[in-house]
Amino acid sequence: MSGDSARGLPWDPVVPAASFAALLRSQHLEPRWSLPAEAAGLEAPEGTTVLAFRYADGVLMAGDRRATAGNVIAHRSLQKVFPADGWSAVAISGTAGVALELIRLFQTELEHYEKLEGSRLSLEGKANHLAAMVRAHLPMAFQGLAVVPLFCGFDVASGRGRLYSFDVVGGRYEETDFAATGSGGQYAKSHLRNSFRDGLSEDEALRIAVEALVAAAEEDAATGGPDLQRGIYPNVVVISPQGYREMAQERVAAAARRAMGEAR
Amino acid sequence: MTVPFYVPPEQLMKDRAEYARKGIARGKSIAAVEYADGILLLAENPSGTLHKIGEIYDRIAFAGVGKYSEFETLRVAGIRHADLKGYAYSRSDVTAKSLANAYSHALGRIFTQEVKPYEVGIMVAEVGDLPEDSLLFKVTYDGALTAEDDVAAIGGQEEQLAAHLRESFRPGAPLAEAIRWAIAAFEAASSRTIGPEEWEAAVVDRTLGRRAFRRLTAAEMAGS
Repeated sequence: MSGDSARGLPWDPVVPAASFAALLRSQHLEPRWSLPAEAAGLEAPEGTTVLAFRYADGVLMAGDRRATAGNVIAHRSLQKVFPADGWSAVAISGTAGVALELIRLFQTELEHYEKLEGSRLSLEGKANHLAAMVRAHLPMAFQGLAVVPLFCGFDVASGRGRLYSFDVVGGRYEETDFAATGSGGQYAKSHLRNSFRDGLSEDEALRIAVEALVAAAEEDAATGGPDLQRGIYPNVVVISPQGYREMAQERVAAAARRAMGEAR
Repeated sequence: MTVPFYVPPEQLMKDRAEYARKGIARGKSIAAVEYADGILLLAENPSGTLHKIGEIYDRIAFAGVGKYSEFETLRVAGIRHADLKGYAYSRSDVTAKSLANAYSHALGRIFTQEVKPYEVGIMVAEVGDLPEDSLLFKVTYDGALTAEDDVAAIGGQEEQLAAHLRESFRPGAPLAEAIRWAIAAFEAASSRTIGPEEWEAAVVDRTLGRRAFRRLTAAEMAGS
């Protein structure tokens, strides 16, 4: 802890009331990656296919587990889908190290706001804040360290699940039905385009999510399919009126075995 | 040149302490009681929006009596302290002990150096994995820090409240029973009955997962 540690508590009233990022800046603790002008040749691990779509109760979000650095598999069991707070989830694609830090900061920011204000940010407020965080990373994106998240949650105000996709400059786009991003995102999206319909049950949604990830893994070398030997399965989460919930591994495993059988 | 009046330090501290104590004595009190799964914090607070009890971090709760603006400043500073530490290191490195020390330090400095001392008393409660790991700290307006066992009270009637609570306390009681003890202690200390809407109650409960803090509703208070 640096900054105004002489007093022990960071209570400078100049810090905007509810923003954790502003607090970090005031304490000079914000994450920074200062890169040389020529950062080409840096091969940081990158994460790949993540997707989200609406189903009967809310939204479902899923992601594969592979991270690659060039043509090397850097990690086989990377988690790319995270709870943002109790009623929303965020998934990442792009440079893994940068993205994971972004997620941690985003989670802390939401909880910080909730504790200080005594109420949660609106779903749109959360999406806008995430967009601003991506925008702040634009200089790094030009140097090859891009982060593109996917965000979804249950909107208590309108009583339905909503999802947002982003681009590398911090553009925020609300999607009506489904979204996918990452190197295999296009393949996942075309699978979703064929399979998606209104009012999917949770079981159907799980099946479609895993099939879309398998389809992406079939075409994209940087996306990892379910690894039945090692027992590595996609991360699947749902956000319903009851909040964020991770899908039990046995259910995902069963869906993965079925999808792999069909893909063969 | 005018020579300022000499005021002996003993007198100065006594005056300040008396000023702070008077301010606190005007307000209502807060009680803390350990129960089987965590710690209950109970305050008499007719306002449903201006809270005296709040969440600081995963397993840590805060309670303040006295002047609202002053303990609210302390609450915000505590959340900042905890979130910064948890982000810089790990969530498990945020402890009630370091937070209580920071509060003690800050209040001590304000008491001796600022124009006016803070008219507040605060409590920091942390629920542990096991009942014996739970911690209850009390920090007074002058920065005096004490660790309490099982029960604690702050505010104008803290001594009567704590005495009543200590009489009824036994370890491992369910939440409903802890609520009954705390309500009985309040009513005995103030010799009147208090309706369920006038309570502000919250728990840090180890069965609730990562974020152990939860506010109790008026219905829950009426039902116990």
